[in-house]
Amino acid sequence: MASLAFDTSHVLAGSLVLLSFLLLYQVRMFALINIFALHAIALVLAILWQGYIQNAPSLYVTATIAFVMKAVIIPIALRRVVIRLGVQRTIETVVGIGPTMLAGIGLVALSMVVMLNVTMASNPLAREDLALALSVILLGLLIMVSRRYAVTQVIGFMSIENGLILAATGAKGMPLVVEISVAFSVLVAFIVIGIFLFRIRERFDTVDVAALDRFQGERR
Amino acid sequence: MNLAFLDPATLVLVVPAAAAAILVLLPDYWIAARLNVLAAFFTFISALGLFFMVRPDGSGILLVDDLNVVFVVLNTFVGFTTSIFSAGYIAHELEIGRLTPVYLRFYHAMYQLLMFAMNLALTANVTGLMWVAIELATLTTVLMVGIYRTHEALEAAWKYFILGSVGIALALFGTILVYMAAQPVVGEGLDAMRWTVLLPHAAEFDPKLLNVAFVFLLMGYGTKVGLAPLHAWLPDAHAEGPTPISAVLSGLLLNVALYAVLRFKILLAANGAAIAPGPLLVAMGLTSLVFAAFMLYRRRDIKRMFAYSSIEHMGIIAFAFGMGGPLANFAGLLHMTMHSLTKSAIFFTVGHITRIKGTQKIADIQGLTESHPALGWTLVLGVAAIAGLPPLGIFMSEFLVVSSTFSREPLLAIPLVFGLIVSVGALFLRLNGLAFGAPTGSTAPNRMGYIPIFAHFALVLGAGLYLPAPLVLWFQHVAVLLGQG
Repeated sequence: MASLAFDTSHVLAGSLVLLSFLLLYQVRMFALINIFALHAIALVLAILWQGYIQNAPSLYVTATIAFVMKAVIIPIALRRVVIRLGVQRTIETVVGIGPTMLAGIGLVALSMVVMLNVTMASNPLAREDLALALSVILLGLLIMVSRRYAVTQVIGFMSIENGLILAATGAKGMPLVVEISVAFSVLVAFIVIGIFLFRIRERFDTVDVAALDRFQGERR
Repeated sequence: MNLAFLDPATLVLVVPAAAAAILVLLPDYWIAARLNVLAAFFTFISALGLFFMVRPDGSGILLVDDLNVVFVVLNTFVGFTTSIFSAGYIAHELEIGRLTPVYLRFYHAMYQLLMFAMNLALTANVTGLMWVAIELATLTTVLMVGIYRTHEALEAAWKYFILGSVGIALALFGTILVYMAAQPVVGEGLDAMRWTVLLPHAAEFDPKLLNVAFVFLLMGYGTKVGLAPLHAWLPDAHAEGPTPISAVLSGLLLNVALYAVLRFKILLAANGAAIAPGPLLVAMGLTSLVFAAFMLYRRRDIKRMFAYSSIEHMGIIAFAFGMGGPLANFAGLLHMTMHSLTKSAIFFTVGHITRIKGTQKIADIQGLTESHPALGWTLVLGVAAIAGLPPLGIFMSEFLVVSSTFSREPLLAIPLVFGLIVSVGALFLRLNGLAFGAPTGSTAPNRMGYIPIFAHFALVLGAGLYLPAPLVLWFQHVAVLLGQG
């Protein structure tokens, strides 16, 4: 049982990392949103499994919130934003796909080296989860810096949040406070994104962040 | 038993939260602005009550100790004076049509929500709760920075949102790692997140895990403190939001984030095997100071200039706390208090100036002492205070920082003094144009009051001349709590 528990959670957390890589090289907007939904579903499965092996029913609540918000509502909302704002359907990247992927691999290696090294004493289940969660977080950061659109930055940010939830659920017995806080942050992200996109649409023809840059106060 | 509900620690949270709920429903802006002041005043009175209350025993979710009382009282005081300033400022914004009544309703509710979030972050006994509170504070300020909905304001808010959220995300990861380090020692559940439980057991935590956690926490909350190189959001957010919000951001929110860093620094310092957190803070503090000092020279926007000055001063404060030891910690606390008071007073003055002149461009604001003597000389006084001229309070705290550095690490004092001198030069260069010479722009008289500004300056001047003995004792005690670097 112990080995099955370990392997399954490893597979689920690992698939989250793989999906992060898929997010990293998408060049079409709708594909990106769909893969984000998959990313969220992989997270939900990982949380459910953790809830089962830790015998922590509160994690099922976290899983439900994550599923409803991230796998259903937000992808649908983002699709509508893309359609209604007429956002360009192909994604321009700041750097090429190849270097980005290499950087991503480097980041995963880094997080493995760092986390596995410092968590010698912790239980192996939490250890692996934490290392993979850090990979997801760093890949999310990479998505945010290598994309120019508001929508893609939001997806990058939410994949960071997925990584954080993975880390929080992997830490055994993490109190409810954090689950509330994480659910809260999902809500927050959603509201802010909604308001921002709404406002940006009111004011701009595009949600490309570089378009905002032109008006920067002190550029001469 | 029901009276427990009315203890000051609860009141500093309940009053702003209730006020936010009422303000969101209140359509009349005139009443709303007054209610906002009233609520801020009651919060301040409750905060004063923290001095006299029976401290919670640490088993709850709220914590009151000597360290956070200083922060809460400062926070609520500046929150109160800013609400007075805001009432006049906002009325004018409505007059010229920059804000609509609906937005004002939202603005006042957000103001109280921000006060609630900051007080919660300062009094939370649970690391996770503190994180939630700082996240809430970030969200409310993002919305307020973007409230004018101009291109610049939206860009500033977006930048702040993205950088702030990434910072907050990193801080959460750090918080989780601290829980992981604490869990084998103190057991699962809420106890492994309580400051009051964590601190006595910190020596037994896995040092490696704590090290990594602190790096994430410093990066995360350091973004919110505005330490270079994580400061990119700060000047934009200060320049494009409403001026009362610039005052609150500079004077208060940066302190709240710093408080979070300090709490974790104390935790790390209690573990002998973990890295010393001091040198990291010293390095980031010095970088911020020197970087911001040079950036001050190229400013063309008056609010942006004082935003860079905030980065500079947060750098000095982080440096002082990084040095550690009773004297440097004392200087850091004093500097933080003086900076909050001075900088918010400066933003009040700048709010009056930009309102009269209708611009934030330094080139269009010239010769203020000619056209508006009272306002002009107030600005001169403010810049003299923030630049650290004697006999004002910042002189004293900067002097203490420098002298304690000279006595312990003379080499570090060189970049410190260098940064200070460079920034003083930049500030006076700009002030020369702003305050003296031939006046430009509108010469309409200033119709708004100086009470909040002079209240702050009186305190800063008073502290520069004479620090009351009880205050010194209190700060010394807190300085000991903060421990070595």
